Amino acid sequence: MTQAGKTTPKLEEVEQGCVLYNLDPIIMKYHYEVDYIHSYAQDSPFFAGLSKGQLMGSKCTKCGSTFATPRSHCMNCGEPTEWMDLPLEAKVHTYTTCYFGGEEFLAETPFTLILVEWPGVDTFFLSRLIGVAPEDVYIGMPVKAKFRRLSQFKPTDVYFVTE
Amino acid sequence: MKPVYMVAGGITKFSKASPKKDFRYMVKEAFDAAMADVPNLTLDQIDGSITSYFSDHFTRQLMAGIMVHDYLGLTPKPSKRIESGGATGGMCLQSAWEAIASGRMDVCLAVGFETMSHVNTWKGNEFIALASDTNFDYPVGGFYTGYYAMMVKRHMHEFGTTVEQLAAVSVKNHKNALHNPYAQFPAELTIADVLNSEMVADPLKRLDICVMSDGAASAILCSEEMAFKLTDKPILLSGVGTGTDAMRLSDRPSREVILLPHENPEDYKDLKYPGVHSFRGGRAAAKQAYKMANIQNPLEELDFVELHDAFTSSEIQTYEDLGLCKYGDGGKFIESGAANLDGKVPVNPSGGLLACGHPVGATGLMQAVFSFWQLQGSIAQHFGGDDTLQLKNAKRGLIHSHAGTGTYITATVMERGF
Ligand SMILES: [Zn+2]
Repeated sequence: MTQAGKTTPKLEEVEQGCVLYNLDPIIMKYHYEVDYIHSYAQDSPFFAGLSKGQLMGSKCTKCGSTFATPRSHCMNCGEPTEWMDLPLEAKVHTYTTCYFGGEEFLAETPFTLILVEWPGVDTFFLSRLIGVAPEDVYIGMPVKAKFRRLSQFKPTDVYFVTE
Repeated sequence: MKPVYMVAGGITKFSKASPKKDFRYMVKEAFDAAMADVPNLTLDQIDGSITSYFSDHFTRQLMAGIMVHDYLGLTPKPSKRIESGGATGGMCLQSAWEAIASGRMDVCLAVGFETMSHVNTWKGNEFIALASDTNFDYPVGGFYTGYYAMMVKRHMHEFGTTVEQLAAVSVKNHKNALHNPYAQFPAELTIADVLNSEMVADPLKRLDICVMSDGAASAILCSEEMAFKLTDKPILLSGVGTGTDAMRLSDRPSREVILLPHENPEDYKDLKYPGVHSFRGGRAAAKQAYKMANIQNPLEELDFVELHDAFTSSEIQTYEDLGLCKYGDGGKFIESGAANLDGKVPVNPSGGLLACGHPVGATGLMQAVFSFWQLQGSIAQHFGGDDTLQLKNAKRGLIHSHAGTGTYITATVMERGF
């Protein structure tokens, strides 16, 4: 608006609207999204290993405790661990088939989760079991690790199958 | 340590969504409800607050704790926010207990809330799953029901627990809630209803799992002197215990069973513990709380328990962790009727999380409020005149709050202080 040569400052009118669900109270959609820069830091060798068809756990340099998921320090005595190769053959410690899930994995349902156990290893490893009907999975079932050819540097680069 | 009493509590009715009230308003409602029961208490006598909510993702607002404290008119007094996953509410209560026990405060307000309705259920599941290890667990199919399903599969394998026993927990808790006006999901169910509900993660079905909620709860804790000035029916928090376990379910090496006073090592000769079938943190929490409250045998010395039944399986596993029965006997315990409203030790007489809802940061405080009313004998007064859930002569109870796969667990013994 011009008045005696002066301009009243004014916010620009924009064409984007908002997604409104309700007016009383006002309920609207609020989009939020972020790219996050994540470092695997000391666990990086595990993920590098997966890309080379290698499954690695941790072994305590002092007390000898063994962990099926990497821990760079021992949870029993606090000393540093070293990497150790886990055998590719293992057994199902427990399992479930998920028919629902978080949004990110909904498209993949149903999928079967297993905790993998190895004799002589003190803890387990969470993974997916592929190619087995839910009703055919059982505790103690022998399984074998397989690796994606195209690594995504995620724990799902390894998965388990039966022979 | 100074004795710590609860003098009042308040809850909002938990609901699927509460678009007319934001988290500050909901907390205010729960706070006002508590204040209404102690008319002699003024705002300026409150020395500070502990606030609790679980997820910044659900609020889309960091530092929501100070917004609550501010909204209640408590600035510039001390306050802090507590977060410990599903155990957030229970931990908040214990943090307020610490403030009084240490003598730092004479009156401390514990308030908690969660507003989970702002995203759809699938996104909500994803937000919750971010409370599992994001390097190794979440990307494999992050889903808490899946993790608990694996735990109970192993419980069934070790001890012969059945899906009918799981379903019986759901039937009991939903039924109790028929008489709780605060409950989000009261229902008259049969075992068959539960077994026929949709499979979510084998063996857990829709009716084995609590729902997401919006809600708030509050508890006012006091020193002995203040407590008896404010009410003639204060409730003593006579024992607190807190236990933990490894973040990753897969990461819990076998050790000896932590024994309670009434147990023997021979009871568990060949048991690998905790495996993934038991929550060692729950046992650790119970042991500390019993010691402080001088409880030798919880089954004989507790009149009721309000425990964290986010899944029917967790209730059965928790009977064992709390020593209400031996490890492995949880399934038989529900079957025996001991946990029923008229049983030896009623468990979740309120309806629990399964039927009341689970607005995470409020849940542990909700349990404190229900137990408080139970011990005061004021259930009918707070439940619109319905005294069905009032346990006759309840003198001592235990509340139990639990975070994802048993990472943080609190156990708090409450008893009549009058
Ligand atoms: Zn070690």
